[in-house]
Amino acid sequence: MAAEGGNGISIKPMEQFKVTPLFGDGDVGMFTITNVTFWLFLAVVAVTLLMVLTTRGRTVVPDRGQSVAELAYGFVYKMVEDVAGKEGVRYFPYIMTLFMFIVCANFLGLIPMSFTTTSHIAVTAVLALAVFISVTVIGFVKNGTAFLGLFWVSSAPLVLRPILAIIELISYFVRPVSHSVRLAGAILAGHAVIKVFAGFAVFGAIAPLAILGMVGIYALEVVVAAVQAYVFTILTCVYLKDALHPSH
Amino acid sequence: MEGDIAQMGQFIGAGLAAIGSGLAALGVGNVAANFLAGALRNPSAAAAQTATLFIGIAFAEALGIFSFLVALLLMFAV
Repeated sequence: MAAEGGNGISIKPMEQFKVTPLFGDGDVGMFTITNVTFWLFLAVVAVTLLMVLTTRGRTVVPDRGQSVAELAYGFVYKMVEDVAGKEGVRYFPYIMTLFMFIVCANFLGLIPMSFTTTSHIAVTAVLALAVFISVTVIGFVKNGTAFLGLFWVSSAPLVLRPILAIIELISYFVRPVSHSVRLAGAILAGHAVIKVFAGFAVFGAIAPLAILGMVGIYALEVVVAAVQAYVFTILTCVYLKDALHPSH
Repeated sequence: MEGDIAQMGQFIGAGLAAIGSGLAALGVGNVAANFLAGALRNPSAAAAQTATLFIGIAFAEALGIFSFLVALLLMFAV
């Protein structure tokens, strides 16, 4: 990515996020098959391989693949039960799907020269909006108009309640924004930093330092990939809990 | 010196927005430090609060990422 120019260097850390058509080179339209499509598809394939193929034997003593799948299942199940409560378990399949998809997309993005789909706000915004809309619908279906009690803080003094209602309303509608931007921003920032360090590696003197820094940042990114998927999932559980029990 | 004043404003603005990311780092560190302080006082209750820790970190981090987003928008989208 980085090349030593005539006067100074040009590091282009954002070039790795460019959306290009997979076949040929034309314009990217609504239905063009791009590298994003390809890596999203690979993420789905990875989830399928991990969750369906490895558990096909259903052995009592699990082999390696099956125990990874069981660990992931148990981890997310416990999270949903702890945060959203017993009623939240009904929505466990959706949350499990979200977690596995994001984790696989993040880790596929860590492969060198690959494309990170979750670094695009367009991808994460769809995930976050799906959560936001479904949680709002669940809230109204389960509680009716009592769901609006989420915005009416009954424990606060009466004078403060309208002001709090406005604040609560704003914070409710900012949710999908922060939900999606957090995942995309964290992944984007990390991958850009790796590329910036890679740009410094062209200088002979500081190259060892830059490469060492890259290794460190990469290790951090492995943690971030898992933690961001976890955070996305647990926030989904928190929002679901708010929809199921809207009282403060 | 080349370039116009609008571009200079973009770069200065992006640099200023980066301050927000640093402040978010303080926030995240504060959450983690207080969790550790509490966990060392009562280790048996710590495991149950890991989810709360991550939710707190996520909320503290979100605003820093907003400022990072502002910096990115200034650099690449404006």
